[in-house]
This record gives sequence, C-alpha cells and structure tokens, in this order.
Amino acid sequence: MITREPEYYPPPRNFAGRLGRHLLFFCRELGQGGLLLADAVWNVRYVFTKRARREVVNQMYVAGIKSLGVVTVVAVFTGMILALQTGLALRDYNQEVYIGGAVMVSMLREMGPFMTGLILAACVGSAIAAQLGTMAVSEEIAALEIMSIDPVRFLVMPRLVAMAIMTPLLSFYTCMMGVLGGGIVGATQLGVAWAAYIDNGTRNAEIKDLYVGLLKAFLFGVIITIVACHEGFATEQGAVGVGQSTRRSVIVSFLLILVVGYFVTRLLYVS
Amino acid sequence: MIRFDQVTKVLGGRTVLDRISFEVKKGETFVIVGPSGAGKSVSLKHMVRLLTPDSGDVSVGGASIVNTSRAELEQVRNRFGYLFQGGAMLAWMTVAENIALPLIEKTTLTNDEISDKVAASLAMVGLEKDGEKYPDEISGGMRKRAGLARAIIRDPEIVLYDEPTSGLDPVTSRTIDKLIDELREKLGVTSVVVTHDLHSALSIGSRIAMLFGGKIVELSDPATFVKSEQEDVQGFLEAQYITKAGSWERKQRA
Ligand SMILES: Nc1ncnc2c1ncn2[C@@H]1O[C@H](COP(=O)(O)OP(=O)(O)O)[C@@H](O)[C@H]1O
Ligand SMILES: [Mg+2]
Repeated sequence: MITREPEYYPPPRNFAGRLGRHLLFFCRELGQGGLLLADAVWNVRYVFTKRARREVVNQMYVAGIKSLGVVTVVAVFTGMILALQTGLALRDYNQEVYIGGAVMVSMLREMGPFMTGLILAACVGSAIAAQLGTMAVSEEIAALEIMSIDPVRFLVMPRLVAMAIMTPLLSFYTCMMGVLGGGIVGATQLGVAWAAYIDNGTRNAEIKDLYVGLLKAFLFGVIITIVACHEGFATEQGAVGVGQSTRRSVIVSFLLILVVGYFVTRLLYVS
Repeated sequence: MIRFDQVTKVLGGRTVLDRISFEVKKGETFVIVGPSGAGKSVSLKHMVRLLTPDSGDVSVGGASIVNTSRAELEQVRNRFGYLFQGGAMLAWMTVAENIALPLIEKTTLTNDEISDKVAASLAMVGLEKDGEKYPDEISGGMRKRAGLARAIIRDPEIVLYDEPTSGLDPVTSRTIDKLIDELREKLGVTSVVVTHDLHSALSIGSRIAMLFGGKIVELSDPATFVKSEQEDVQGFLEAQYITKAGSWERKQRA
C-alpha cells in the first residue's frame, strides 16, 4: 500500500542520535525505493492495456519532447566546451584533430547520458515528484486506493516505461548534438576540417561506448522516475511538503546518477 | 456494520483517539460532530484502513479489518464509497472522467452504459453542465459534489462523507443533506457523516456522536442530543444558535 501511516519521532537527543537516525532512514528509503521499483516492474505486464498505452505515450511526450529545447542547448555547448578544452591542450602538440575522438568518446560514454540524466532529473523528475506530492497531500492517492486502483500500476508504471524508453533516446540525441557542437568549434576555432573530425571520432569510438552510454541512460531514467515517485508518495504536510519532496527528488537523483554512472564505467571498462 | 472497539490512535505525538468504542448500525446515518482537529477525519479513515489503530480493533460487517491481507482489504473497500474533505478529484481528468474512473477500472460495463451512469449521477448532484470541466475550473463546493458523485457511482453499501456540506452555500448544503437521506431511504445505504454543521447533523442523523478531546462525549439520537447536559455539547450547540426548544423533536429514525 502506498498511503502510509504518518510517522512521528521525538526530536533526537544528541548528535549521535541524529546521525544514527539519518543512517537508519537512509537505509529504509533505499529499501522502500527498491520495493517500489520491484512493484512497478511487476506491473509492467499491464503496459499494453488501453489506458496504460495512452498514458505511456503521453508521458513520453511530456518527458521527451518538452525537454528537447533545453537538452539541445546543453548538449551543443557541452560538445563545444569539450572540443575547446581538449583542442587547446592538443594544440601544443599539433594534434588538434584528436578532438574528434575525445568529443565522441566522452559524449557517448559519459557526458551524453550524464547531461541527459541531470536535465531530466531537474525537469521531469521534479515535475513528477511535485505532481504525485500534490496528489498525496490532497488525498487523491488515498482516493485511488479506496477505489482499489493501484497507484503503482496507475501512476508509476507508465512513467517508468516512458522514461526507460525516452532517456536513452534523448541521451543518443544529446551525443549527436554534442558531436555537432564539437565539430563547429573544431572547424571555426581550431582549424579541424569537419570530415577529419568525424573520421577521427568514428575511428576512436567503439560500438561498446555507445552501448554503455545507452545502458547508463536507461538506468538513469529508471532512477529518476523511481526516486521522484517515491518522494512524491511520501509527501506530508501540504504545500511545504510538496516543495521538500521536489527538492529531495532532484538531489537524490543527482547523487544516484553520479554514483551509478561511476560504477557502471568502473565495472565495464576497468578489468 | 462498523464497530470501533477501544480504538486508540496517536498522531504527531498526540493522542487523537483515546479508547473510542461505538457501532454504526446497518442502514442508519451515523453523524460524527466535533470541533476542528477533534479527530473526525481520523476516525473515518480508520473505517477503510487508511489508518490503523495503535491499539483496539475496527471491524466491518463482523470481521476485523486491522490485520487483513491486501486482497481481503480490497473486498472490504469495495463495499465503501468515500467522499474526501477536498473532493480528491484527479486534476488531469475532467469531472466526468473522474466519476467514470471506478467504473472503467473496476467493472465490465460498456462505454455507453458508463456514460449513461455518469450523466445520471452528474445530474443527481446538479453538475450536468460541468462534466467536461477540469476540477481546477470549478468551485470547491462543486468539486465536493463531484466527489460525492464518484463516491456513490458503484452503488456502495456504506458511504463515508467527510464534511459533505462545509464550504457550500446553505441551499446546496440542504440539497446534499436530502441526497444523503434519499440514499438511505431508497437504497438502504449505511452512511457515516463527519461534519461540524449541527443543522445538517440534526436533520439527517439517526444518531449523533460528538468527539471532543479524543473521546466520544455524547452519543444519542438528535432529539436527545440537543438536550444533552454535557458542557462541551452545550457549548457546541450554543455556538450554532441551536436551542433545546427548537424544532428538532421529530419522528424517530431507524
Ligand atoms: N497525517 C497526520 N500527521 C500528524 N498528525 C495528524 C495527521 N492527520 C491528522 N493529524 C492530527 O490529528 C488531529 C485530528 O485531525 P482530523 O481528524 O483531521 O481533525 P478533524 O476532526 O478536523 O477532521 C489533528 O490534531 C491533527 O493535527
Ligand atoms: Mg477533517
């Protein structure tokens, strides 16, 4: 059940108490998030019902198309910065053409999914947390449960599916835009021809880089949705609580994206 | 029908319900009155296990619901309609879609049957022109009426009303009162109504319970309720200009 008993704990007596409580709460949140994820994945079997299909498409539109503008700008500039930064260092050795490889590999493997994840956590995750949080404090979640409509199936599952599809797509798009941005800087600032830039890029990047990037993006999409839904459902205390949930969902998503991103790279590239 | 047995609930470090016992009988309209923060909504939530008692027992139709499984709880909840204090309509659906939701999700009715039923229930609560509006586009009172329509769309045996008339104008309030009364008379619906509107309580209630300081300080039929010697009850009555000599002597109800 999603609506939980409101909890109350007297304020901790000292620093150790506060620390211990934070630690316990952290473990509990992790466990609850894991359960929510399992529950949502279990409900994916209903994804082809009429309502779920419509909702998934709707959420894909909200998550993907609406953040396209901001994603584009961030991606192009990330590519430009990467190209300029490495290009200036490589110029000392007359090897500017290697910005092609540098930009493409780091966009595919790291920066693409990472930037997409951060943007979606800030735009989409926060919106999900705010929406579900508002629903929780206005008793809409409770109303669903009274009607025996499972909020996980009804609300979480479509968002999860939409984000799990949309984040890798957007991440790939980010990579392309980043490469484009790098190419523009290469051509205009560093004297690297477009063809040489692309050629160098494709020779240095492996197909594995693409796959790892997409895997990361997929994981980030799942993380963002589950964190946002969990924080939304746990909202208490009216409008103030909605603000807190939104903020927490963004912070927790950011941290998890960083940590998970690191470990995926560590696992798949360091042997 | 619904039995509270020594129910205690502590929320935010405060004992909101303190060993409360009462029983709602089948087919009656049981009214819970009391000042804001007395725990009226909290007791209503216990009836469908949106909250569970810290100690004591709540049973529906003779079976305890405190420790039932999820599937059994679903069975119990299917017998209830619940009108939440703010209406609790889903903001991204129109009023009509909101009301149709339980039918679409939980019944096998065809689309035509569903739209007929929805239209009929919209008319019943006087919202026939507002079905295509979104909850944010209608007033709080209208949202509440829409919530009422949704609560009773599946013809529940028991309906719980959380402040059905607060925030409504007097005329609409009486319409709602009449509606609750009709449901009882025609369909034998058991109702539990939470309110601080004593006029409404006295006119629809078969029995009235007053919650105060975590206890039930008075539980009686309307005619006896207005004559209560209890200080808290008297204060509450006087604050709403209800005197013992009023027109509250009326035929006894089942
Ligand atoms: N989720 C909650 N967390 C903490 N305290 C709560 C919660 N819900 C209700 N309470 C407390 O319980 C008391 C009774 O609330 P409620 O039943 O909503 O009052 P009312 O009789 O006006 O409906 C209030 O003092 C309120 O502060
Ligand atoms: Mg209340």
